[in-house]
Amino acid sequence: MSTDTPASAPAESAAERYLAVQWSAEFAGLRCALRGFVFPMTVAFFLWYALYVILSAYARGFMGTKIVGNINVALVFGLLQFASTFLIAWLYSRYAARRIDPVADRIRAEIGEVTHDHGPRG
Amino acid sequence: MTTVLAAEAGDSTARNLTLTLFLVFVAVTLAITVWASRQTKTATDFYAGGRSFSGFQNGMAIGGDYMSAASFLGIAGLIALYGYDGFLYSIGFLVAWLVALLLVAELLRNSGRYTMADVLAFRMRQRPVRTAAAASTITVSIFYLLAQMVGAGALVALLLGIKPGTTFLGLDADAAKIATIIMVGALMVTYVTVGGMKGTTYVQIVKAFLLMGGAVVMTLLVLAKYKFNLSDLLGDAADASGKGAAFLEPGLRYGVETPGDALKTFYSKLDLLSLGVALVLGTAGLPHILIRFYTVPTAKAARKSVLWAIGIIGSFYLLTLALGFGAAALVGSEAITAQDRAGNTAAPQLAEALGMDFLGGELGGATLLAVIAAVAFATILAVVAGLTLASSSSLAHDFYANVVKNGTASERQEVAVARISALVIGAISIVLAIFAQNLNVAFLVALAFAVAASGNLPAILYSLFWRRFNTSGAVWAIYGGLFAAVFLVFFSPVVSGSPTAMFPDQDWQWFPLSNPGLLSIPFGFLCGWFGTVISKERDDQRYAELEVRSLTGAGAH
Repeated sequence: MSTDTPASAPAESAAERYLAVQWSAEFAGLRCALRGFVFPMTVAFFLWYALYVILSAYARGFMGTKIVGNINVALVFGLLQFASTFLIAWLYSRYAARRIDPVADRIRAEIGEVTHDHGPRG
Repeated sequence: MTTVLAAEAGDSTARNLTLTLFLVFVAVTLAITVWASRQTKTATDFYAGGRSFSGFQNGMAIGGDYMSAASFLGIAGLIALYGYDGFLYSIGFLVAWLVALLLVAELLRNSGRYTMADVLAFRMRQRPVRTAAAASTITVSIFYLLAQMVGAGALVALLLGIKPGTTFLGLDADAAKIATIIMVGALMVTYVTVGGMKGTTYVQIVKAFLLMGGAVVMTLLVLAKYKFNLSDLLGDAADASGKGAAFLEPGLRYGVETPGDALKTFYSKLDLLSLGVALVLGTAGLPHILIRFYTVPTAKAARKSVLWAIGIIGSFYLLTLALGFGAAALVGSEAITAQDRAGNTAAPQLAEALGMDFLGGELGGATLLAVIAAVAFATILAVVAGLTLASSSSLAHDFYANVVKNGTASERQEVAVARISALVIGAISIVLAIFAQNLNVAFLVALAFAVAASGNLPAILYSLFWRRFNTSGAVWAIYGGLFAAVFLVFFSPVVSGSPTAMFPDQDWQWFPLSNPGLLSIPFGFLCGWFGTVISKERDDQRYAELEVRSLTGAGAH
């Protein structure tokens, strides 16, 4: 895009700057904090959802067991998927506000204006 | 109870009211669009609404973009006819948002600019990756668009009560369908070309509120009828369905057990797993959803918008539970299938029944029916506008500006091309929808999810998280996933070789599953890995920049 100025000298230093930041302990901590939450959580909710789908396909007797009145295991299990989705979303927003945002803000401030114009092409 | 919508002459009240509300919605949204066009000056305004939306506004717009006619009318109808299995479908649609929240939304917002390909091509050679991303974006969007438009044609004709043999404003049913498709196409092109992202977003926000309002009112009425006893509602629905307890359990629609045919049962259950995986992994790869993250100023706002989206989408699907079972209990499957075999009119029919009950007789029924029909119409328009915008953005920004012009196009030229692209894509989808109007194309939505999950998602995740990933890997992932999904579906029972297929009289089917996800998604990931390792290209410096920018928001547009 025309607004990007791929000026060679500052870009060079910007690129090196990014490499330096990437290798810094502070950034490693940020990466670790993010991945340490989102990867296990993704695996967890995916398995939890897979369990639900697999039970729906192969454990019909169990899913059809009535709990109260006409409310059966399948319905409760389905509603639990809603509950867990809301819960994970809430947990993540709390975690991100405490552990990710402050670090990200700090690093962004350190990188500052030097690299501002070195955007992706297009 | 009236079982057929607007069949009697007396019901012309409903028809006139529906039409009036349609026109009010169209007038209001066009006014918003013209207002938005005054504020659309730069490319950022056109593609990303000036990044001026709040997390809450964007969350509502995401809801408006995502809750298509397939979710509102489709899932309510699915529950009304098949009970529990419709609910199962909506769970996949909701859980999918966790992928977007945890892995995609914020990182994409920080490192991209206007399209999905901005992130994919960040550290790659621009031309091959952007060409692939544009191809995939346009394929996914056109599939989705086609399903919505064909559905809209049939639906609006039904909602206005135009049946074969009757006429409306001098149009018979077939002419009315074509007229509807053309009108929907013309409106979506107008929203996008005139109002850009800003206009489209406001249309989606208005629609989200209308849809939620309509669903809340109907749910309250259904529950009031059962004195807020869910168990009684379920019991009544099960009794009315004639299927008893099975109606409240999985298995009537997906993973059907065919006694005495073990192979068919086996495939049917695999198909259920395949659908589940595609639904959950597809959302975070849908281009029209991804570009919505660019309309907010920061990654934090992107996160907030997904949280709001999860809130509104989740609440909405909980309401459809009451709507679907309510329709099964109060309208009955016989009356629903008499109107529409796929059950798409269950929600409007329920509205009519509730209106007659609570608002007093014919007029009450006609009023609520008209309101819900107008909401359904708003739903379709908001979704098709989002799809048109996504595909025209990609055509202009990825293909024209970065492939054809090699990054030398001016902002003004790019936006002009985007507007023309919207017009061309609109015209193409109108023509395709008219040709496909009598074919069963409902499967195209599931196919769009499968392509998004098989091609786009692997490329996005590898781009963001895998240092080694390169141009060859991205191109392999996108084309591999795209072709695998389309190829398998082409030879599946949804295209030929079954009575409900797109071409029921032909038979070239050999792939047993209706949904290709179970095979095509791992295949897409495998292709991305394979394409990467066979190429020596590796740019650690650019990856450092992508990783730092995506995690911290430094240098974000």
